[in-house]
Amino acid sequence: MRRIITATVQNRSGVLNRITGMLYRRQFNIESISVGASETEGVSKMTFVVEIEDHQKLEQLTKQLNKQIDVLKVSDITEKAIVARELALIKVVGSGQLRAEIQGIITPFRASVIDVSRDSLTIQVTGRPDKVEALISLLKPYGIKELTRTGVTAFLRGQQPAQVTELNSFTI
Amino acid sequence: MKVEAKQEMESTKKLVTGADVLIDALVEAKVDTIFGYPGGAVLPIYDAIYRSNAPFEHVLSRHEQGSIHAAEGYARVTGKPGVVIATSGPGATNLVTGITDAMMDSLPIVIFTGQVANSVIGTDAFQEADVMGITTPITKYNYQVTDLLELPKVVKEAFHIASTGRPGPVVIDIPKNISSQLSDAVYDDHFILPGYQPNKKPNPLQITKLAEALNKAKRPLILAGAGVVFAKASEPLIAFAEKFKLPVANTLLGLGSFPGSHELSLGMAGMHGTYAANMAIYECDLLINIGARFDDRLTGNLNHFAPAAKVAHIDIDPAEIGKNVPTEIPVVADAKEALQALLNTSAEPGDQGSWRDHLATYQREYPLWYDRSEGFISPQWLIEQVHKLSNGEAIVTTDVGQHQMWAAQYYPFEKPNRWVTSGGLGTMGFGFPAAIGAQLGAPEELVVSIVGDGGFQMTFQELSVVKEKSLPVKVIIVNNQALGMVRQWQESFYEKRYSESLFMENPDFVKLSDSYGIHGMRVEKEKDVPQVLQEALTYDGPVVVDCRVVQETSVYPMIAPGKGIHEMIGVRK
Ligand SMILES: Cc1ncc(C[n+]2csc(CCOP(=O)(O)OP(=O)(O)O)c2C)c(N)n1
Ligand SMILES: [Mg+2]
Repeated sequence: MRRIITATVQNRSGVLNRITGMLYRRQFNIESISVGASETEGVSKMTFVVEIEDHQKLEQLTKQLNKQIDVLKVSDITEKAIVARELALIKVVGSGQLRAEIQGIITPFRASVIDVSRDSLTIQVTGRPDKVEALISLLKPYGIKELTRTGVTAFLRGQQPAQVTELNSFTI
Repeated sequence: MKVEAKQEMESTKKLVTGADVLIDALVEAKVDTIFGYPGGAVLPIYDAIYRSNAPFEHVLSRHEQGSIHAAEGYARVTGKPGVVIATSGPGATNLVTGITDAMMDSLPIVIFTGQVANSVIGTDAFQEADVMGITTPITKYNYQVTDLLELPKVVKEAFHIASTGRPGPVVIDIPKNISSQLSDAVYDDHFILPGYQPNKKPNPLQITKLAEALNKAKRPLILAGAGVVFAKASEPLIAFAEKFKLPVANTLLGLGSFPGSHELSLGMAGMHGTYAANMAIYECDLLINIGARFDDRLTGNLNHFAPAAKVAHIDIDPAEIGKNVPTEIPVVADAKEALQALLNTSAEPGDQGSWRDHLATYQREYPLWYDRSEGFISPQWLIEQVHKLSNGEAIVTTDVGQHQMWAAQYYPFEKPNRWVTSGGLGTMGFGFPAAIGAQLGAPEELVVSIVGDGGFQMTFQELSVVKEKSLPVKVIIVNNQALGMVRQWQESFYEKRYSESLFMENPDFVKLSDSYGIHGMRVEKEKDVPQVLQEALTYDGPVVVDCRVVQETSVYPMIAPGKGIHEMIGVRK
């Protein structure tokens, strides 16, 4: 199952190394990690998307993260109402005619062209990972020269419904 | 003291080096013994040690691995953090085995490594090693000091982290420019660790649950691990077991947490544990694990581990609960606090029927056994003699191998902190240097180091230290001219293909000891053992005894690899 886990961590040097090293050593399967500043100075926020076999392994993951001295809080937000976003930059082959065609494809995704050269254009897309995924697969036939994704960053929505029916593990 | 007040008082403070600041921080941490080895990057620290009249003793090992194992032995026996200093590069990398050992066995060790100057870190400078990178996975925490102002705080934090919660090693990497920096700064060592708040007190709800389970259990069992020793919880453990009439099995590292001679003691469980202890785990309906981590050498094949039991687990480290064995009643707490809470409940012992009689039958009918050999020395008998002649009161350190298992089986302990062995990592070379630390930590006690002829050769250079510091450590070499444990596995599982496990050459251990100025003895016949051991154990000073034992001896009983805890081989009626 796919889970989204967030952690707030004390921004000490080596903290990222310590955490990713632990995840690697204990054989957790990480799909993406994103790290950046949070609302508090000196505290960073990490978002992990992980592929996990079962609940016992999931419990181990959150416990092992919590055990790290620099980790302040760990939350498994998979089953909460959340906003989850990722950014991708996609450089595709395209000149002349094709450009208009590509433009037509990306518009419904609210993606934009942020760089153009003689024979390529670079598209920026932000959204839920499934949306990013969909756009990538539509652009594949045109020839993707370069692709970079930031990994998901996520947090809870301002309001949590009494019961969340939709499981994010299916949708993200 | 308030910072301002301190500032005012010390406004006329003279310039001191960063290393002097470190020494003050060590004094503040009440360090009495340091195990170390100098080198370029720690010269400022060693100069400060030379100039200082701080009330600690520095013990110069002959290899950094000797320093850290000594610190581990010291920590095991005293319960206080062991302190190590090593230089950058090779000095630091020589510590890696010991740091990993301390991590696996949860020993509080604070390690100071020198580092090249900040300005050249990352340039592959002479004797530069990525100590932070190397030690991250093998430490509870690590630091590189980049600002002298932080040093006292870092040291204080390090001692706190190493010795609280689940103990573990902490490394502080100090670049040379920091230790040699002159400063008259005033330091604030106040720290907060919002992400590190070990929970000592048990959740009362969980205690109630456990008490209810106890009351219902027909076949309850305690498994006591090293967590009981770290928490200084032996007394409440005894009271708890006695109040509820609970049989107690120990893990290898938990030996001594419960008296070996107690009528409720089943001895050690696990790969080379007693039949009774292992069958008790197999048959119990309530297993109360106190401070053990369900290591694979204890559990055997997990599919057959405690199949009938409801599992309760008391541990200060939540991540250990449910890691290997599904646990119905988790109790995150210090063992002592949890046991006291359990003793304070109104719970009554349940009706256990004939459970204890049943286990007593196992104990009686399937005891530990060995064959005595005619004239020659069987190693198990040798350990029994050591036990007898030391009244079972020695502090015993071991190396790793057959002799270690025999020591665990045939040297029962009545008290905690007297059993010093490498459990999780199984580090050959551990036993002898650990005895040095143990003896320094407990100068009045008889320290016996039971080692193999293989492992002793990994770290015997520390004989110099024993001589230099006049430490009356008694080394008993269980000499089977072999890497006995390897030989045993090859005998049992590789059709006696003794690949690289039999020694063709060994040093003359008596002459070797002589050359260090240490009294060496040899014993080859069973009949001479009592007299030689008597002389050795009462000798006023260090002794090395080369005990020639029968090579073709195996450690039994045994759970073969992949087998369940109920499938022991080598069990005899
Ligand atoms: C550093 C290290 N290397 C290898 C091993 C694997 N090993 C485990 S026991 C053993 C044999 C130990 O021989 P010895 O010290 O003579 O003890 P004995 O088993 O003969 O009592 C070996 C090689 C180990 N545990 N540690
Ligand atoms: Mg041997």
